[in-house]
Amino acid sequence: MSVVTDPATSSAAGFRVTRSRRNVAWTGAVALVVVVVLAMFPYIVYSGTTAILVQAFIVLTLASMWNLLAGYGGLVSVGQQAFVGLGAYFVLILALHGASPFAALPVAAIGCGVAAFPLWWLVSRLRSGYFAIATWVLAATIMLFIERFSSIGGGTGMPLPGFASLSPTLITAYTYWAGLAVTVAALLAIYILLRGKLGLVLTAIRDDEVAARSSGARVGLARLLVFVVAGAGCGAAGAVLAISQLQVQPSAVFSVNWTAEMAFATIIGGIGTIEGPIIGTAVFMVLQQTLQSYNAWYLIIFGLVAIVVALFARRGLWGLVDARLNLRLFPVGYYLRLNGENGSAKGRLMPLRRGREVADG
Amino acid sequence: MAWVNAIIQGVLTGGLYALFACGLSLMFGVMKVVNLAHGDLAVVAGYIAIGIIAVTHVPVLWSFVIVVPVMAVLGYALQRTIIQGALNRGVLTTLLVTFGLSIVIENALLQFASANSRSIGASLTLVRDSFSLGSQIQIGYLLVVIFAAAVIVLLGLQYFLSASKYGRLIRASADDPEAAQLAGADYRHVFGIAAAIAFGTVALAGMAYGMYSQLAPTTGTDTILLFAFAAVVIGGLGSLWGTLLGGVVLGVAQQIGAQINISDEVLAGYIVFLAVLVLRPQGLTARRTQS
Repeated sequence: MSVVTDPATSSAAGFRVTRSRRNVAWTGAVALVVVVVLAMFPYIVYSGTTAILVQAFIVLTLASMWNLLAGYGGLVSVGQQAFVGLGAYFVLILALHGASPFAALPVAAIGCGVAAFPLWWLVSRLRSGYFAIATWVLAATIMLFIERFSSIGGGTGMPLPGFASLSPTLITAYTYWAGLAVTVAALLAIYILLRGKLGLVLTAIRDDEVAARSSGARVGLARLLVFVVAGAGCGAAGAVLAISQLQVQPSAVFSVNWTAEMAFATIIGGIGTIEGPIIGTAVFMVLQQTLQSYNAWYLIIFGLVAIVVALFARRGLWGLVDARLNLRLFPVGYYLRLNGENGSAKGRLMPLRRGREVADG
Repeated sequence: MAWVNAIIQGVLTGGLYALFACGLSLMFGVMKVVNLAHGDLAVVAGYIAIGIIAVTHVPVLWSFVIVVPVMAVLGYALQRTIIQGALNRGVLTTLLVTFGLSIVIENALLQFASANSRSIGASLTLVRDSFSLGSQIQIGYLLVVIFAAAVIVLLGLQYFLSASKYGRLIRASADDPEAAQLAGADYRHVFGIAAAIAFGTVALAGMAYGMYSQLAPTTGTDTILLFAFAAVVIGGLGSLWGTLLGGVVLGVAQQIGAQINISDEVLAGYIVFLAVLVLRPQGLTARRTQS
């Protein structure tokens, strides 16, 4: 295992450490253009299109968060609907107290992040499979608890107030922008986190948890951070969901189907890559839109495809792309490149780990 | 008197929950598989029973003789194909695949059998009748039978795993599949047999619940899987008798919750589950390996 003390000083030694095989400036520029074009959509397309895109934003945010949990943190949660529901209810409660639902959105995300601390304390006592079911029980418990309060709709839910001062066109546009903003923020947050110290610790855990622990990596702390970020992200998506539906219904916002969608999208797209959930969400949206008149069929097919991918193509669709083109839209690893080689080396190079960072991470 | 009644009913439903938990516990103990599709498979078994009864008009209890072997065969087949395949690729894949199965089964039931609830053998005297203890306590025969069945299944499993030759093979394969393989045991086949037994208990659980209450596509997860899991955690992971204790504690907690407020039945059970998770994460019985 080659451990480089500091990538910056190593270029003189006959090799360079880079983030990517090729220059990524153009991908950044393309991403910026895509976001700007997407932001102008309410002016150029029908509201039906933006409504579909809002759904895509919700699924993409959820899938990215689930990917952070399962793909990087090794935490298979099947109870993320707890945060979707909590996010929706935070918006509802704030709106009932007179806040604008759009202003309530960031508060809901922060609230879900805060709520993740005690929930982590409960579920982190169990490992892998039992952790998974424990999160599910937790989501069911939270739903049952919320259903006890008739002032926020009890078991049947209630419409979301606070839109009276806005015209329908504005509501549609604001909802779209809220969804876009949440998605961009989620992807950026994950990208920045994974490029930093947390990314190194998580990579170390993924490769060998015991070795990571013995190198001084704070595994528990890293997982807590992942759980909190994923909680906030799913909460934000739940808030967008509440706003886009204009109502909050407990069995809908706490449905395990949210976790199914985020997990399947991640698996199909490619777990453990930031690009995977994007591809997976695209696949999901196509399936859902084509099969929407056939009730539950889209989830049946989506689930079957996810099972097949999990068994036979573990790196997902993006893995297939990556294997051919060696492409990274979001470079979070490190590449070791010998001087004069000009990136022509064959095969994938291990992302380097900086011993110092792992030690104090 | 109402409280005594609640506790008696709770203890008896605890037997049902222990029956739910048997298969989950066995699959984890032997194959280290947490089968997230556990509850949905139980519902499938119940639906198969309903289908068989509707088509062939066999007596309800005879349907057990058909459904349990059918589910056992399905268990063997699933273990040898999908589950073993996932196991070879790691814990993460096992979880993803069983979760996928759970969602697919639930939605397929929704699609093909509608969201309606169905029950098994509602007209049977066994299901309808009860006997009285004093003036206020009514105990259904069915719950007593289910409790007895749970105890028999647990006793049988305990005996089978600890005393029989095949049980020893299963325990050896669970401890170290490769070593068992070297000693001449085909661990994949042994795992298949263990899955067949687990699925047999899953079938019993699904049909028992169908007779006790009603089955719907969502029953699999929101009742059977989650209650089974709560019973396992309350009782202590990996202990078969702990599972019975866990089921009983869960059942009593639910009945007491229902006594306080009828709509808090399920919530009360989960609150006890969370309390155990906080105060005694190893479960009420000390950790022991059953397999």
